Amino acid sequence: MPELIAPLAGNVWKVLIAVGDKVEMDDEVIILEALKMETPIYCDDSGTVTELRVKEGDAVEEGAVLVVID
Amino acid sequence: MFNILKELIYSSGAVSLTGGNLVMWLVAFVLLYLAIKKKYEPLLLLPIAFGILVVNLPLTFLMEPEHGLIWFFYHYGIEQDIIPPLIFLGLGAMIDFGPLIANPKTLLLGAGAQAGLYVTFFAAILFGFDLQEAGSIAIIGGADGPTTIYLTSKLAPHLLGATAVSAYAYMALVPIIQPPMMKLLTTDHERKIVMTKLRPVSKLQKICFPIVTGMTIMLVVPPAAPLISMLMLGNLFKESGVVERLTNAASNELMNIVTIFLGLSIGATMTASTFLSPKVLFIFFLGLFAFVISTAAGLLMAKFMNLFLKDKINPLIGAAGVSAVPMAARCVHKVGSEANRRNYLLMYAMGPNVAGVIGTVVAAAILLKNLG
Repeated sequence: MPELIAPLAGNVWKVLIAVGDKVEMDDEVIILEALKMETPIYCDDSGTVTELRVKEGDAVEEGAVLVVID
Repeated sequence: MFNILKELIYSSGAVSLTGGNLVMWLVAFVLLYLAIKKKYEPLLLLPIAFGILVVNLPLTFLMEPEHGLIWFFYHYGIEQDIIPPLIFLGLGAMIDFGPLIANPKTLLLGAGAQAGLYVTFFAAILFGFDLQEAGSIAIIGGADGPTTIYLTSKLAPHLLGATAVSAYAYMALVPIIQPPMMKLLTTDHERKIVMTKLRPVSKLQKICFPIVTGMTIMLVVPPAAPLISMLMLGNLFKESGVVERLTNAASNELMNIVTIFLGLSIGATMTASTFLSPKVLFIFFLGLFAFVISTAAGLLMAKFMNLFLKDKINPLIGAAGVSAVPMAARCVHKVGSEANRRNYLLMYAMGPNVAGVIGTVVAAAILLKNLG
């Protein structure tokens, strides 16, 4: 199953999707905050969100799995 | 009765007001506007602007040597060089040298971006500034407020207000000044370069970095010691992980307290008689020149390094070699993501950005050693 990986360390600022949502390639799904700057994270695949590994306010490391898409 | 009234009027500041004072009020109000409405570096611009305002109220004697309230802040805080190193202590407790440790070649970018300082130094001399003044103006190119204040207070204290305000102004204007330069000097293809993942940095490496780097720099350029020692102590607080209270005190309470006195004192050096001269206003122009050349030098240095590197770096990160932390790194990130929305350059840009802080301090120390 394709996973969406955090490309940089930061805090999860906004989660724009929920489990069960259909997402398209290049959709903006999560916004991370690092160094007081909002960084949108885009979907690498199309499909249905099966799992959300983070919630708003979480601190994530680079390489952490954010979302699992089927 | 009439006499008392007359006396009151004559002893009031209003009759001693000069046209210059009114111009300085205008400067203060513009800075207040930029700080409050536009949120340009408000933590500094706001106290600076207020300092300008009150020192241009006649007969208040706030900057009167040995008497005035703000003079004491200025004398002990800035003339005696207490505050800039304390700001560096807080800065050290906040910055993460990890990206620099993971990718040490970005140190070259931090050094390359100091080229603007040296170009401006000679430009300022050509325009009739003396050596000490030229050194103080050139350091603006590093876009590092505390270092600029530290150097100017030693070399050319009469220019302190102008150099400090222009350093902070250009730090705030990074997102406006840098992107056009970045686009001019890089191709679309270069801006799209996605960099290889940074290697992980161990806790031990992060603890050793401030000790080893600090000792090395202080051995090679001893005049850098006041700023570098505090920067590295702050960083050691943070990375050691055992003195969280000191880390917090240095980066929050202490930093905030000294920022108040720093801003107010800097503002209060700007009386109409010292500030309103063509020479001082020209400093803003030369400072901008220094900053632009530094940005260009960082970008070109990165492109030059790419000639030799197998894993190409995105040349945009060279622009972060100026030391405005983290504004310059944010700016790189933004311009990079405009070229390729999956390009996340923020952490890669932090390497040259923190290297730029060290580079500017070393450049200041070299100027101080030769001109002081």
